[in-house]
Amino acid sequence: MVIDESLLQKLRERFGDKIAGASLESIDPWIEVAPEGLVEVCRYLKDEPSIAFDCLNSICVVDYCETDPKKAAKAPWQPHLEVVYHLTSVQRKTSGVLKVMLPRWKDGVEGEIPELASVSSVWIAADWHEREVYDLSGVYFVGHPNLRRILCPEDWVGHPLRKDYVMPLEYHGIRGR
Amino acid sequence: MSNSNPTEIVELDVRTDEMLVNMGPQHPSTHGVLRLVLRTDGEVVSEAVPHIGYLHRCAEKIGENLTPRQFIPYTDRMDYLAGMNMNLGWALAVEKLLNYDLPDKVRHTRVMISELNRIASHLVGMGTYGLDLGTFSPFLYAFREREKILDLLEWVCGARLTYSYITPGGVTADLPSDWIGKCRAFLDQFEPQIPDYHTLLTTNAIFIKRTAGIGLMPAEMAIAYGCSGPVIRGSGIDHDLRRDGDPRYRAMYEGYDFEVIVQKNGSYPKDQVYPAVPDEAILGDCWHRFYVRMLEVIQAIKLIRQAMDFYEKASGDWGTPIKLNTKLPAGEAYLETEAPRGQMGFYVVADGGDPIPRRARARSSCFSNLSVVEELCRNCLIADIPAIVGSLDIVMGEIDR
Repeated sequence: MVIDESLLQKLRERFGDKIAGASLESIDPWIEVAPEGLVEVCRYLKDEPSIAFDCLNSICVVDYCETDPKKAAKAPWQPHLEVVYHLTSVQRKTSGVLKVMLPRWKDGVEGEIPELASVSSVWIAADWHEREVYDLSGVYFVGHPNLRRILCPEDWVGHPLRKDYVMPLEYHGIRGR
Repeated sequence: MSNSNPTEIVELDVRTDEMLVNMGPQHPSTHGVLRLVLRTDGEVVSEAVPHIGYLHRCAEKIGENLTPRQFIPYTDRMDYLAGMNMNLGWALAVEKLLNYDLPDKVRHTRVMISELNRIASHLVGMGTYGLDLGTFSPFLYAFREREKILDLLEWVCGARLTYSYITPGGVTADLPSDWIGKCRAFLDQFEPQIPDYHTLLTTNAIFIKRTAGIGLMPAEMAIAYGCSGPVIRGSGIDHDLRRDGDPRYRAMYEGYDFEVIVQKNGSYPKDQVYPAVPDEAILGDCWHRFYVRMLEVIQAIKLIRQAMDFYEKASGDWGTPIKLNTKLPAGEAYLETEAPRGQMGFYVVADGGDPIPRRARARSSCFSNLSVVEELCRNCLIADIPAIVGSLDIVMGEIDR
């Protein structure tokens, strides 16, 4: 694991407020990046020879939302989305985790999905992974070359991996429940 | 063609037009329900766009509604040719979250089972690859041997396709008393047969013509697309998680002697007595990807033999599988394992105080391996498409999850 105090220090010096936080005590230490600095930081992590995260393993979203109001009142966090980037350096045999926190809905309007810059210019692999995240978790990637649904049909409504997603009763005349 | 004038048809015959051709969802070479939309100009493919999602079974959503033990059978159905390796990935990720330590006996059992499954999976891979390219016998031989492995796996868990034996906290039961002996007998019988596969496929002139120099994937391309497993090792990238991966996964292979099969321009593992690389083959082509799998089978046999010896000497028992309602501590863990098709990663996030994880994410190797098809198939011939898709050895269940 390459994410440690010295790397965090280095990134803070270079990017300032764009490094929004970190957790070095976790099982897999991670660094939180502000949404507006994401592409810059990713490009640096890939190009800097001492880090060289040349391979993007996965992008996924963890939806922090509780549909049960009683549990929601007790939850220690405000509802939000965490976009998680798992990175590997094939050259240096190390790995690391990046996170970006997003609101669940853009400007608080339910149904308007939040936006985030696409990193497909940094890693080509992000192309399909961002499509999957868009499809299943509902994050719009600005600058993605071909942001369409990938696993669900193109006319599917909603984003199934959201915690408050409700399975449709019917799809093209096929009963779902 | 709406024109019925014969002279004009003759003219059309000489000129080629761009045409959209669907290959799949049920074309025999597309290995499951993959649909490739080809833009062709005569015999030349100018664009091949994969469309996925036919099998989509919402495994990740199901994982967010079940406890880790209950989710195990769903992982089998991801890569249905290597169910044990999928179990292993999920079990290790959950154990990483719970910070669980295992007795030595479990470790060696897991090596045995997952490497056996790797052989079974590679046998299907190379058997069906021969089938894609028009030869039938290797397919029959490969399936004959695979059946014997399935007998061994059935013996430990009772299933022949959706086998689940490895589970968070250990394995579901101890090995049956004569299992090791039967396994040894199988390996002794199987190992001398491997040269047959080389005669039938690797050194076969037609096979070489169909695969050598086709579907070139340079190392930079493989890394940029996030490919993994035999696909990148066929391009000459020395990366294998059994040696370079997460410490928890690496510890499983501690004390084992094995070699990572990497193709280089004309070099082999040291104890290799197998055929030479043909002159036509170029690093990163279909032939090299195929050859990596062939050699990996031999390494897997070597690993199983060592694991059996270790197992017989090991102390401890078969572990204590975690209870169905074990509460998960708050936190998250990501762990990748080297499955037969590449790096299979599982990511588990828990809130604490709840037996059900908040997020169960599967990062599948074939998903990334397939995304490169569009680039590999540019300007190849239609007949090369089965060779290229087959050499990636994809399983759609893993892509759609």
